[in-house]
Amino acid sequence: MERLNPIAVLVRNEPGVLARVAGLFTRRGFNIISLAVGETEDPLVSRMSVVVSGDDAVREQVVKQLRRLVDVLRVDDLTRQPRVERGLALIKVKAPPERRGEIVELANIFRAAITHVDPRALVVEVSGNSKKIQAMIEMMRPFGIIEMARTGQIVMARGRREAHGQPYDQNQNFEVGSDPLGFADPDDDDDDNTNLLRLK
Amino acid sequence: MNAHAKEQKSAYPRSRATGADAVIASLKAQGVEVIFGMVGGQIMPVYDALHRDGGLKHLIVGHEQGGAHMAEGFARVTGRPGVVMTTSGPGATNLVTGLADAMMDSTPVVAITGQVSSHLLGNDAFQEADMRGITMPITKHNYQLTNADQVAPVIAQAFQLAATGRPGPVLIDLPRDVAVGETEIMTAVAAAVNGRKAPRAGHPLQIERALGLIKAARQPVILAGGGIIHAGASAQLKELAECLDLPVTTTLMGLGCFPSRHRLSLGMPGMHGTGYANLSLHNSDVILCVGCRLDDRVTGKLEAFAPQARIIHVDVDASEIGKTLAAAVPIVGDAKPVLEALTKGARAWESRPDFSAWHKNIATWKARFPMGYRAKDGVILPQQVVERVSSLMGDTDIVVTGVGQHQMFTAQYYDFRAPRTLVTSGGLGTMGYGLPAAIGAKLAKPGKNVFLIDGDGSFLMNIQELTTAVRYRVPVVAAVLKNAHLGMVRQWQDMFFEQRLSQSNLEPPDYDKVAQAFGALGRRVERPEELEPALRWAMKEARAKQLPVILDVMVDPEEPVLPMVPAGAANVDFMPCRTEAS
Repeated sequence: MERLNPIAVLVRNEPGVLARVAGLFTRRGFNIISLAVGETEDPLVSRMSVVVSGDDAVREQVVKQLRRLVDVLRVDDLTRQPRVERGLALIKVKAPPERRGEIVELANIFRAAITHVDPRALVVEVSGNSKKIQAMIEMMRPFGIIEMARTGQIVMARGRREAHGQPYDQNQNFEVGSDPLGFADPDDDDDDNTNLLRLK
Repeated sequence: MNAHAKEQKSAYPRSRATGADAVIASLKAQGVEVIFGMVGGQIMPVYDALHRDGGLKHLIVGHEQGGAHMAEGFARVTGRPGVVMTTSGPGATNLVTGLADAMMDSTPVVAITGQVSSHLLGNDAFQEADMRGITMPITKHNYQLTNADQVAPVIAQAFQLAATGRPGPVLIDLPRDVAVGETEIMTAVAAAVNGRKAPRAGHPLQIERALGLIKAARQPVILAGGGIIHAGASAQLKELAECLDLPVTTTLMGLGCFPSRHRLSLGMPGMHGTGYANLSLHNSDVILCVGCRLDDRVTGKLEAFAPQARIIHVDVDASEIGKTLAAAVPIVGDAKPVLEALTKGARAWESRPDFSAWHKNIATWKARFPMGYRAKDGVILPQQVVERVSSLMGDTDIVVTGVGQHQMFTAQYYDFRAPRTLVTSGGLGTMGYGLPAAIGAKLAKPGKNVFLIDGDGSFLMNIQELTTAVRYRVPVVAAVLKNAHLGMVRQWQDMFFEQRLSQSNLEPPDYDKVAQAFGALGRRVERPEELEPALRWAMKEARAKQLPVILDVMVDPEEPVLPMVPAGAANVDFMPCRTEAS
């Protein structure tokens, strides 16, 4: 079954690492939906949050191929893990004075911030999981989106690191479809706006 | 201090060593015996250090691609990384085919390329090429150094990476300012690469599950690949096969890991595999696949490959498991301890499973679809050349091939008796691989006969390496099978393109005379009765004169490689051999 698979990749913070990972995805034909790279608590280590679309076989290959890269320290497949997922979008939307209030009200519902205002437009800053951001964008569309910028989604498993992710170990044997911790719901995310999003 | 000033300073009496000195010292510390390379602008400081040191053998190659294949040939027969060194730009990009070849066939190679000085990087400087970017997909890992102190630890790590786990090529790009920069000579021990260890023994639970599958099987087959040779697990394979009476089919890269004439041997599977290997795999219920990546040339049409079989897949590289076919039992591990564990487990069984009915089936297929060909009067067939060569070679002598029909005939008709006796380009299928790879193999194993069976198209592609073989007196013997065609292309055109021979005919020169012009020995062979005397002469002369000998052997251009599975077809739909009997 095709699904979106969030994968956290810890890599050595070295020049060329992004190219290695991106090149791997290109040449193996893996489809990246979102990619975000940033520092971690350890300055020598960067964290890439990658969301890949594909079935279990694709997901398994993505994880295994990433583990072949020498600069990759650890790969956590978070697809079936309880997790926190966040991205950010800046949406510049047409806002003549008579419609401003409406937009601000919507932004409040999404706990979004208004980060700029001028006589003709507002910039709305919204963060959350991809569904929430998408919902916000859809709500803004009728007003007229002038410009938009989005980050990739960053993902983190809930709980202790050791408890959720598998430590780097080439000896482990993978089984497609295994769900050792019993978290079968891939969309498990008790985000504060989840209910609102489901209404949409 | 800019790089130029630094260079000026270090070109004269040096109180400390340079990065270039560290390169040479590190290569020696790794036990490197020979470097294949070509000097040029940006690598000159390293060549200067090589000259000053005087303790490392270096061969000037005709072309850097040849150097890369020599390093591969060296590595394939020894299991140790071959070393190739070039200058920046074109010298480095000429390595691309060789590195891609080494990547596909898991051959340990360490390539050292010169690079323009750091301050020029990214400026499109003279002879600048982004080798790190270019070789990312075709190396196991690559490095670009930024200071001379990195030389020793990086070279140590590169050798470790190239040779451990699943072997492969590693490239080190060395900017000129790093080569001339000051450093201490240190003997670095490879730091563990990010704490990773190559997997060894398989998971005991999976071993247990594998044993359970084999015990319950009625029609099992072992599919043995090149990983067995890398792991040095031929003896363990034989032990397991004999212990349980399991038939063994061996992929192209695995040839030699199991004796071709063993009663349990099925020969090679796949596109040009034996009919009985393909039928056995097709009808099997359990396949023990060891060190084999189940590529398209082995499986044929994937959906039709071994429809009832459950696969036990053993590989040191976890990513190979489940890549093309789902594995019922995945075992990530080194072939040697895994096969040992399986044999140990099987020996503990109270009774051995009885596979006699299965062997009876296989015997029927062997009788019905034997390997063979119809001899023709007055014409040499390529299969006959391979059989004659095979009969003259010792058990551990080394046969090398190019790519094409002659390669498949060698795989089919050569009697392989020991591992590391076949050097061939499997995954990438690199024409022109043969001659340089043979030179590398012969340098590594001077005491063995190294015989190159090549095609007239393939041989031409790196023919410049005759100069290397003559200059350094590397006595390889070659039989160039001349059919004046790109034979395999012609075969496909005959079979699938209604005999439209588009651009597949050649007008090759007289290779015996070409060889003589290079200073090697050459002889033309036209008639079947001349063949064996010519082969004997060539092997004797090469030894006596310590020079390469090239036989230009006229063969039947119409002889196709059979059996053959048409591209995209199921392996059971093979075209059988046309034998004397059929």
